[in-house]
Amino acid sequence: MADSNNNRRKFMATTLQSVGLTALGGLLWSGYSDEVKASPLVLRPPGAIAEEDFLKACIKCGLCAEACVNRDSNIDRETGKARPGTLKMAKGGDHRMIGTPFFIPTEVPCYMCEDIPCVPVCPSGALDQASVSNEKGELDIDKSRMGLAVVHKESCIAFWGIQCDACYRACPLLDEAITLEYAKNERTGKHAFLLPVVQSDACTGCGLCEIACVTEEPAIFVLPIEYSTGKAGSHYVKGWDKKDQERVKDAKEIKTKNIRSEKEASDYLNMEVEY
Amino acid sequence: MKNMKYLLLRRVTQVTLLVLYFGANAYGWHIVEGTFGSSLVFGVIPLADPYTTLQVLATGFVLGADVLLGALIIILFYMIVGGRAFCSWVCPINMVTDLANWLRRKLDLDKEEVNYRFIKRRARYWIMVLGLIVSAVVGVAAFEVLSPITIMQRGIIFGFGAGIAVIVAIFLFDLFGVKNGWCGHLCPLGASYSVIGAVSLIRVDHDHEACTNCMKCKIVCPENHVLYMVNKESIMVTDGECTNCGRCIDVCDDDALGFSIRNFTKK
Repeated sequence: MADSNNNRRKFMATTLQSVGLTALGGLLWSGYSDEVKASPLVLRPPGAIAEEDFLKACIKCGLCAEACVNRDSNIDRETGKARPGTLKMAKGGDHRMIGTPFFIPTEVPCYMCEDIPCVPVCPSGALDQASVSNEKGELDIDKSRMGLAVVHKESCIAFWGIQCDACYRACPLLDEAITLEYAKNERTGKHAFLLPVVQSDACTGCGLCEIACVTEEPAIFVLPIEYSTGKAGSHYVKGWDKKDQERVKDAKEIKTKNIRSEKEASDYLNMEVEY
Repeated sequence: MKNMKYLLLRRVTQVTLLVLYFGANAYGWHIVEGTFGSSLVFGVIPLADPYTTLQVLATGFVLGADVLLGALIIILFYMIVGGRAFCSWVCPINMVTDLANWLRRKLDLDKEEVNYRFIKRRARYWIMVLGLIVSAVVGVAAFEVLSPITIMQRGIIFGFGAGIAVIVAIFLFDLFGVKNGWCGHLCPLGASYSVIGAVSLIRVDHDHEACTNCMKCKIVCPENHVLYMVNKESIMVTDGECTNCGRCIDVCDDDALGFSIRNFTKK
């Protein structure tokens, strides 16, 4: 009797120990996995689904990167030798989710191959072929949204009045994704500014502008779309836009109640800010 | 060379596979492309690792049919034919841990007093299940974040970077920490193949009559509890944790061990 009691105690103790250690391991493992997931400024291949889902879906096989580097067009025109591919597989020290494909435009941008070799080979669905296909179901690289280029006005020498259209000319969607806006140079009074403007409805985020930029650090660069765009929010309605106005045609009055609504808008907006 | 047959065959298989995968990236070969997570054979047949596939499914992502079919092919192969052969015939980490184990014996680190037994062999099954839970909670295939197997394979194909540290860590752990620590105690991928391959046809068979009880097989076996029948009974090694590496067959001087096909009708 005493023996079976001892055995039961031992069993209870070892079970408790196993469960406890598993919980400990689970906490450490979850914490680590969650941290390594957080690599926000990463550019993914064409057709990549939203980053949160991409990190779930990517099985880290590298077929996209292999298709990228081994594409027929990837030959250096001068030497006739194979060039490095655009897509790299994140390794330890890259500070991106290990084993996932990404690219750095200043190293090798995406050349936007028409046959998009990297997308159809994806077995898991992390790269979605439908998102880079047109209505007829044909591949259309112009539909890809790898990122969105942003111009930093202060370091872009075109904004200084110097004539430079390197990014404009490098853009594969010439005069669509980057347009030139003409403005008068008031400083000299007789010259024109030729200002690059990124059109976010056309820019694919390929990064050819970024590598073409002549400044020491690129004044135009690609960021993941969620980082290079803001969001006005659905509570702003363009009253002058018939379609947008449709959204509120059945709207009823809502009284918002929060700390701010205790005061009139004119009161709290004119209040001094407390730091 | 007689006692190296299966060892050499395994090394040839492992290295050939790595060369073929490397060539797929470096030279555009279409024999086997991708990595062990998911591959393409001759540009047509998909293969996928079952545990990796399960982790992705655990995150809630509905995987493409290619991966599901690939995982099914792998499951059927190891379930019916190979047993846990992935671990000893395919996995590149096997070469690292075999080296650590060999050095252990040479450096006299194999003695009981210097073998830290703070981990139990069944820990891997807990880790395997835990990996699926963490995948579901965090929303990322949890073992793939740190798997030395694919880190090593991708390292060989695409370059190691700092990932080499993981391989060195496994080596040091197996050499100075727990004997067979990684493959025999912790690796959830090995655990998954133990489960998949538990009923496979290819098995090591023991002949009790021929055995002289020299125990060489138990010294080299990375999972030596599976050889409990040595010099006791003439039965097959049916434990799913046997990796079918054949090292016991290599070192046996008495022809008491050999590969055989499991006979389900015989008791």
